Amino acid sequence: MTLRGHGALFWRVAAISVVVEFTKPKRQARKPGTLILVAPSVAVLLLWMIVPLVMTLWFSFQYYNLLNPAGAGFAGIDNYRFLITDPDFWASLGNTLILLGSVLAITVVFGTLLAVLYDQPFPGRNIARLLVVAPFFVMPTVSALIWKNLMMHPIYGVLGFLARSVGLEPVDWFAEYPMASVILILSWEWLPFALLILLTAVQSLDHEQREAARMDGAGPIAQFFHITLPHLGRAISVVVMIETIFLLTVFAEIFVTTSGGPGNATTNLAFLIYARALIQFDVGGASAGGVIAILLANIVAFFLVRTIARRLEV
Amino acid sequence: MATLTLREIQKSYGSLSVIKNIDLEVADREFVVFVGPSGCGKSTLLRMIAGLEEISGGDLIIDGQRMNDIGPADRGLAMVFQSYALYPHMTVRQNMGFALRLARVPKAEREKKVAEAARILQLEPYLDRKPGQMSGGQRQRVAIGRAIVRNPKIFLFDEPLSNLDAALRGQMRIELARLHEELNATMIYVTHDQVEAMTMADKIVVLQAGVIEQVGTPLQLYHHPANLFVAGFIGSPRMNFLKGRVTGLDGTGLSVDLPSGARVALPVETATVGTGDAVTLGLRPEALRLDPQGPLGGTVRLVERLGGLTLIHVDLDRDGPVIVQIEGSDGTAPHQSVRLGVDPAAGQVFDGTGKALPHLVRHPLTH
Ligand SMILES: Nc1ncnc2c1ncn2[C@@H]1O[C@H](COP(=O)(O)OP(=O)(O)O)[C@@H](O)[C@H]1O
Ligand SMILES: [Mg+2]
Repeated sequence: MTLRGHGALFWRVAAISVVVEFTKPKRQARKPGTLILVAPSVAVLLLWMIVPLVMTLWFSFQYYNLLNPAGAGFAGIDNYRFLITDPDFWASLGNTLILLGSVLAITVVFGTLLAVLYDQPFPGRNIARLLVVAPFFVMPTVSALIWKNLMMHPIYGVLGFLARSVGLEPVDWFAEYPMASVILILSWEWLPFALLILLTAVQSLDHEQREAARMDGAGPIAQFFHITLPHLGRAISVVVMIETIFLLTVFAEIFVTTSGGPGNATTNLAFLIYARALIQFDVGGASAGGVIAILLANIVAFFLVRTIARRLEV
Repeated sequence: MATLTLREIQKSYGSLSVIKNIDLEVADREFVVFVGPSGCGKSTLLRMIAGLEEISGGDLIIDGQRMNDIGPADRGLAMVFQSYALYPHMTVRQNMGFALRLARVPKAEREKKVAEAARILQLEPYLDRKPGQMSGGQRQRVAIGRAIVRNPKIFLFDEPLSNLDAALRGQMRIELARLHEELNATMIYVTHDQVEAMTMADKIVVLQAGVIEQVGTPLQLYHHPANLFVAGFIGSPRMNFLKGRVTGLDGTGLSVDLPSGARVALPVETATVGTGDAVTLGLRPEALRLDPQGPLGGTVRLVERLGGLTLIHVDLDRDGPVIVQIEGSDGTAPHQSVRLGVDPAAGQVFDGTGKALPHLVRHPLTH
């Protein structure tokens, strides 16, 4: 599992440094002599990242299959060539991006709408807020199991029961719509997070601004598009950034529900690397996948950080 | 033409009554200031006029039409908020043109109106800036510009200057007065600062705890306050209040004895008081003067020399502390014993309930 860890680790470091960069009040020149004080932690962090990274790189250029110790040796770019010519790899890359894009779109759109809704006063609002945020605190494995066995199972699941009770054929979700099912579970997990961040942002909107808009003739819809949505820009950027970090490396939900299948329908890059390393025991191939995951993460990071940095500047 | 009439306007939050039966007339092109201490309901009243707050009872009439149930955008009013409430993601131009854009005014006309408002407010160089890149005074002007562009029947201001520093506040006061003249508009202005009220208003409405205490011109309120509250609220330094008893009445006024035995005679109507009644004497700081033959005696505690004016804080023997304001610079020193004379034309008498006894000598500018 350390192999797929690099992507996530990279991400976390990137995210933290972005947050640190934009939350500190003003860049100050470092006083001379402080370098030695920060050196130990910098060194530890560097080792922490560099050692696994270099090892992954090293393995990715080796023939290294645990089932075939005799075949070990330098592989050149064979592992990469093999990976790139493997249709499974491209499918998993596509799946990774589909997963990322859909869950982001669903959580941001519904998170924004729900945040505006939950900002309105209504009876029982506090309890409703508590309930809507609760899924975020459920472990990924547990929520995947709940959805698989209690909700979407064609025989024991609630959805199947509902379908049968109105005389319909229950849907075998994970067999018929595997990707949509995984997206559903992930959205259920991440919507509360988006909602939480966006709700606090909505609440921080100056109410006089909204009143000024009302006096200017803005109805609820115009207020939403002209006042609320621009105000949420920053919070939406944060949601997108943090969710991207975690969604690029989704594993538990897939492992528990579909195991990447049927076929490769729900195999994302993280699951592909896992399958290479711990099902096929091809450490070399898995490492090559890991390196590509790191590259992908950094490409996305580059664009993301650039656009978000521009947003946060204002 | 824009007139406003409030008839028995009320507002309550649950069982808490915040505005209690307010009647008011605002004439066309009048500059009316609502003034009162914090929490007295000024903002609530203004927001009810604006349509941002439901009206619990009574009628709100603009230009002869009942407006209680009309939305804020359709009352033809514009409001300038205390926090300015500019839209931070829009440029100054977009901020000022927002209402017109929502009303689907053609772009050319919109630009023309924004340019005109920017000219009046000297905002032309800043039209493409965002509010975040401007100073408090500039933001204030943008907020006013946003109101001007809509060409409202009535301008509403809620403490628009309270976030500015003192120098800028003085400057903006003058600018608002100029604007009122240039735009020929009806304006309603809320403030807790009596200096703003005195300097800008055609008519001041003094509010306390949701009730109008007095309505009048600045000089009427200053020279002939209706009660102790208005007398104490308007004027800086505050009016001096001295407790006393009525000792004599006749057609020309009454005389009041203070605890020290000093006697002050004032020309006020005496119909509602009798000899022996407890009353409060109200003396403006400039109604007192240093006078060796004066009836009041005391010791100087502190002297504030402002150059053009001198404020002498005097502890009267047994009658309480007073402030004396005299023109020019004065050499009186602390701890010195002084005697004070009273200008009877400028003194007030308040009866036991705090109501002022009408003055027989009206100030010439208050008719
Ligand atoms: N939404 C509200 N709910 C309950 N009480 C309110 C509300 N808004 C204002 N009040 C009360 O109404 C009174 C007047 O408030 P306001 O008009 O803001 O005073 P100010 O004269 O300082 O502008 C205050 O005592 C305040 O506590
Ligand atoms: Mg207020």
